[in-house]
Amino acid sequence: MTSLDTGTRTARTPGRPGGVPPARSGPRPFGLIRHSVALARRSLVKTMRNPEQLIDVTLQPVIFVLVFVYLLGGAISGSTQDYLQFLLPAIMVQTVIFAGMATGVNLNTDIKKGVFDRFRSLPIGRSAPLIGSVLGDVIRYVVSIASLFVFGYILGFRVQTNPLAALAACLLAIVFAFCLSWAFVLVGMMMKEPGGVQGVGFLVLFPLTFGTSMIAPAETLPDWLQAWVRVNPVGQLMDASRGLMLGGPVASHVVVALAWSAGLLVVFAPLAVRAYRRRT
Amino acid sequence: MSYAFEAEGLVKRFGTTTALAGIDLAARRGQVLGVLGPNGAGKTTAVRILATLLRPDGGRAAVAGMDVVRQAADVRRVIGLTGQYASVDEDLTGEENLVLIGELLDLRRREAKARAAELLRDFGLSEAGRRPAATYSGGMRRRLDLAAGLVGRPQIIYLDEPTTGLDPVKRDDMWNIVRRLVADGTTVLLTTQYLEEADALADEISVVDHGKVIAHGTPADLKHVVGGQTIIVRPSDPARLGEVTAILAELAGREPESPGRGVVTVPVEGDAVFTELVRRLDRAGIGVTELSLRLPSLDEVFFTLTGRTTTESDEEVAA
Ligand SMILES: Nc1ncnc2c1ncn2[C@@H]1O[C@H](COP(=O)(O)OP(=O)(O)OP(=O)(O)O)[C@@H](O)[C@H]1O
Ligand SMILES: [Mg+2]
Repeated sequence: MTSLDTGTRTARTPGRPGGVPPARSGPRPFGLIRHSVALARRSLVKTMRNPEQLIDVTLQPVIFVLVFVYLLGGAISGSTQDYLQFLLPAIMVQTVIFAGMATGVNLNTDIKKGVFDRFRSLPIGRSAPLIGSVLGDVIRYVVSIASLFVFGYILGFRVQTNPLAALAACLLAIVFAFCLSWAFVLVGMMMKEPGGVQGVGFLVLFPLTFGTSMIAPAETLPDWLQAWVRVNPVGQLMDASRGLMLGGPVASHVVVALAWSAGLLVVFAPLAVRAYRRRT
Repeated sequence: MSYAFEAEGLVKRFGTTTALAGIDLAARRGQVLGVLGPNGAGKTTAVRILATLLRPDGGRAAVAGMDVVRQAADVRRVIGLTGQYASVDEDLTGEENLVLIGELLDLRRREAKARAAELLRDFGLSEAGRRPAATYSGGMRRRLDLAAGLVGRPQIIYLDEPTTGLDPVKRDDMWNIVRRLVADGTTVLLTTQYLEEADALADEISVVDHGKVIAHGTPADLKHVVGGQTIIVRPSDPARLGEVTAILAELAGREPESPGRGVVTVPVEGDAVFTELVRRLDRAGIGVTELSLRLPSLDEVFFTLTGRTTTESDEEVAA
């Protein structure tokens, strides 16, 4: 069974009775990509029409920054300003990953609506509605990163390398979150209620994002936690992000983060699509 | 290949509920099949299987000669679905909904826009097309839903209870839309709980109960199943209802019923009785505001077939 079937068309049935010409033009290539993009546009329009859906991804990074910088910053770094520099590249990663979880939660709600019945009754690839939703949700990542940076700059955060490197750090985080979001889509397909998706999501995300050097340097952590931090891909991603924004070694962290991204995508995307097809 | 769609012995279970217990449905090209049944009869389940949204647990179904399970992707190219529950995106405008479907059907964006405009005009939604569907009334939503099913000019259209919840005027509009589709040669599967609707639109009717077809035929066939006809008399002077009842009882040889105030009805064997009735009423000097001989309603057909009224059947399912 191929899970990621393409929506390419085979021969159309002969003209319908009554002599009315079919509205569909001839076969066009790259069906899956075109359909996914059209559906991503749908997600985007929906998000734009309900901007309150973006409140969580806008406020959450702001709150985390405030809490960590002013509650812990002095204790950990001696100065809130130094701590902000240390924290922000890592919080950026966490923010984007949390936004990816929302994709699974939203899909769980969306899929119960009648419009998914319509998508299923159309001659498009089975995976197209899922790819469309996941792609369309990239807007959430962008909005959350933007609000984090605006806020960070107001508080005094400064990129120490160059804008291109900072942009690369953001893109890397988005790519990783996009790939990881397929795991949340899978959970979204398996759970009955959006609350359940959120519950499972947090269960996975807390060790992944907090079990890192995000809040405090890895050297200060107990040995067993340091072992986890070293294998945790999100930790690698945070190190890459710090390297790209503040300077320091990046290459190996970037490679590891990209490898993990590819691995997550290859494993979870087909599983999510399969779960989606089963759920009828 | 004479059948546009054909289902044989379809079985579908949900846990312990048997939604379909070996249902057979078929319609020739260009015909309207009415699937008539009370709540929970399995109408939606049957439509969802024919629309490739559900896999049957038993039996087989083919649409345009293609198997709904093995050739699901091909089946999806020839069908249009208007589900019982509106399947449009509420956040999108009417136009955006239709353009999206056009694009998913491989129309170029320009073609998709043209098709959307055409459908919105046909369904009287040109103005509303620029507003999110969430702001639509029930009737507008239904029409948009139907339009969405027609974007690809499908050969076969499934309409699952298209008029449930519509007022009589909107219902008539919907009936006219269906008639126009049929005039264009489209095959229609129409499910309904309204006997009147099946009678008005369908070439053939399958009466469904508890996941099975319990009767099939033309609307006229079905009415004949009950046998005989019914005389209805409404005397102009309600005080003379007793006399009319007595005359009817004597002529028909059975006790007439009074289904409403000032009306009596009685089933009769042949129409000879009708002539005799006119003579007797005349001789007694009883004026009438209504005097008719009609085939039984489909409600009565259902009662004859199942021994239950449609509402009783519903309660049983709900219980
Ligand atoms: N997804 C489902 N899970 C469990 N039971 C279901 C499911 N879908 C349908 N059923 C059951 O199957 C039976 C047939 O349902 P169906 O929706 O096909 O009836 P219907 O004829 O369309 O009724 P209505 O006129 O109310 O729309 C019902 O008893 C219903 O409760
Ligand atoms: Mg139904």
